[in-house]
Amino acid sequence: MPACQRCTTARAALKRPKTGESVCKACFYLAFETEIHETITTNHLFRRGEKVAIGASGGKDSTVLAHVLHLLNQRYDYGLDLVLLSVDEGITGYRDDSLATVQRNQVQYGLPLKIVSYGDLYGWTMDEIVAQVGLKNNCTFCGVFRRQALDRGAVLLGVDHIVTGHNADDIAETVLMNILRGDIARLQRCTSILNNNDGTIKRSKPFKYTYEKEIVMYAYFKNLDYFSTECIYAPQAYRGYARTFLKDLEAIRPSAILDIIHSGEAFAAPSDPPSAKTTAAPAHAHGEKPAQRDAGECERCGYMSSQRVCKACVLLEGLNRGLPRLGIGKTDRLRRRHNLHEATSPETLGRTIEHMANVRLEAARASPAAAASPPTPPPPAGAAGVGVGEPSTALSAPSAAAATARGVGVANNDAPRLASRGALMEL
Amino acid sequence: MVSLELRFSGGMELLFGGTKAVTVDVPLKAGAATMRDLLPWMRDHLLKERPELFMDGDSVRPGILVLINDADWELEGDLEYALKASDEIVFISTLHGG
Ligand SMILES: [Zn+2]
Ligand SMILES: [Zn+2]
Repeated sequence: MPACQRCTTARAALKRPKTGESVCKACFYLAFETEIHETITTNHLFRRGEKVAIGASGGKDSTVLAHVLHLLNQRYDYGLDLVLLSVDEGITGYRDDSLATVQRNQVQYGLPLKIVSYGDLYGWTMDEIVAQVGLKNNCTFCGVFRRQALDRGAVLLGVDHIVTGHNADDIAETVLMNILRGDIARLQRCTSILNNNDGTIKRSKPFKYTYEKEIVMYAYFKNLDYFSTECIYAPQAYRGYARTFLKDLEAIRPSAILDIIHSGEAFAAPSDPPSAKTTAAPAHAHGEKPAQRDAGECERCGYMSSQRVCKACVLLEGLNRGLPRLGIGKTDRLRRRHNLHEATSPETLGRTIEHMANVRLEAARASPAAAASPPTPPPPAGAAGVGVGEPSTALSAPSAAAATARGVGVANNDAPRLASRGALMEL
Repeated sequence: MVSLELRFSGGMELLFGGTKAVTVDVPLKAGAATMRDLLPWMRDHLLKERPELFMDGDSVRPGILVLINDADWELEGDLEYALKASDEIVFISTLHGG
């Protein structure tokens, strides 16, 4: 029974995959939490006063993330206003159970919880979508709808920043898949710990360097309550070959996970990938590719989109028209065959997604504390002041200096928006 | 016979018919039999479905964590750990959900 290599007294409980070190429970907790704190500070993930939504699925990663962020926010006085944000895809017997887990977390940590549902946003639950499209492309619908649902939930909450529980193993897996596909643009996005540039709400991954094994051991030793049933609509139970390959590598050489993340970063670093626009030009000449637009908005729903109509709106149109391959297969060809122009008048589309401008207005009405009296310079009225713009990028020099002086990577933004907390305690 | 307390979590219980904990008398010799003997016995007698998701070669599938008496089995010699009466062995899947 080996002793802990840190304190040399207690019985070791875990062999750390990152370092091979044998540590006792207490030393493990401290190392685990401190390393995440260091990731947060060295990458300047947070600003003081920032309102941060934890994307909470009830699974192990987001459950541990909620626990650790809640703890670090108190221990190091980040001054964050934390909320839980969950997406209800409408999957009977799966999501309803996992949301019950999130609701227990809400009580345990005293964090407000907001649930946005596919049924409310799109008029279709995943159960209904699968009934129409079957089990082949259902994950495409779910992925596109989830991303937009989280962003819309964040706008409703007046959130500045969404954190997700993606861990080192997840990121290494994505790096592998993007390298195999030669997708440099995505490689860049998946390795960056903080995305704050494409017109959507700032997103980050505080667990980027945290091993899955340690997340699971932490949850187990701390008795954290999480939900671990697979999605009934994702038939390949265990995430496929890249995952298996990665776990095999890790078993032989645990540092492989971080090595792969680092090589992904190295691939992505020289950056400035050839612009998609220039390379797509010839295809455009043949009339196959719709015109690309930079950081535009979907003309139907106002969501950030490089196309005239965002992917979610195209998928939804397909569902409503009984043409579920719209947006999945050869969309342009399908549109021609069925004589459906992108600029169709809204009345013929059936149910559409609420326009972002309305969502922002609704948010401003629902929590005047967050929207009407923002901390520092009030954004222009048109922006509705709910943090979808990026007032955050301009970090004033004095506050950055203050943050450094305090040894915390969060900037000082004197008036935390804690007042709105009560208004957000909704299910 | 050696009497063991087996626990399953993190989705591992799904492969064992939903059982989260079970006390079993395993027809192996305490002090002599090891985890290397226990795993195939569990596969043949307790596992309800998809044996390929439990074992890989003579060990557990990578991504399944094992604890022996509340400590990482990697600290206890993993497959070579000699079973003792009333050992508690926990199997946790890291592969489910997120
Ligand atoms: Zn220790
Ligand atoms: Zn749209």
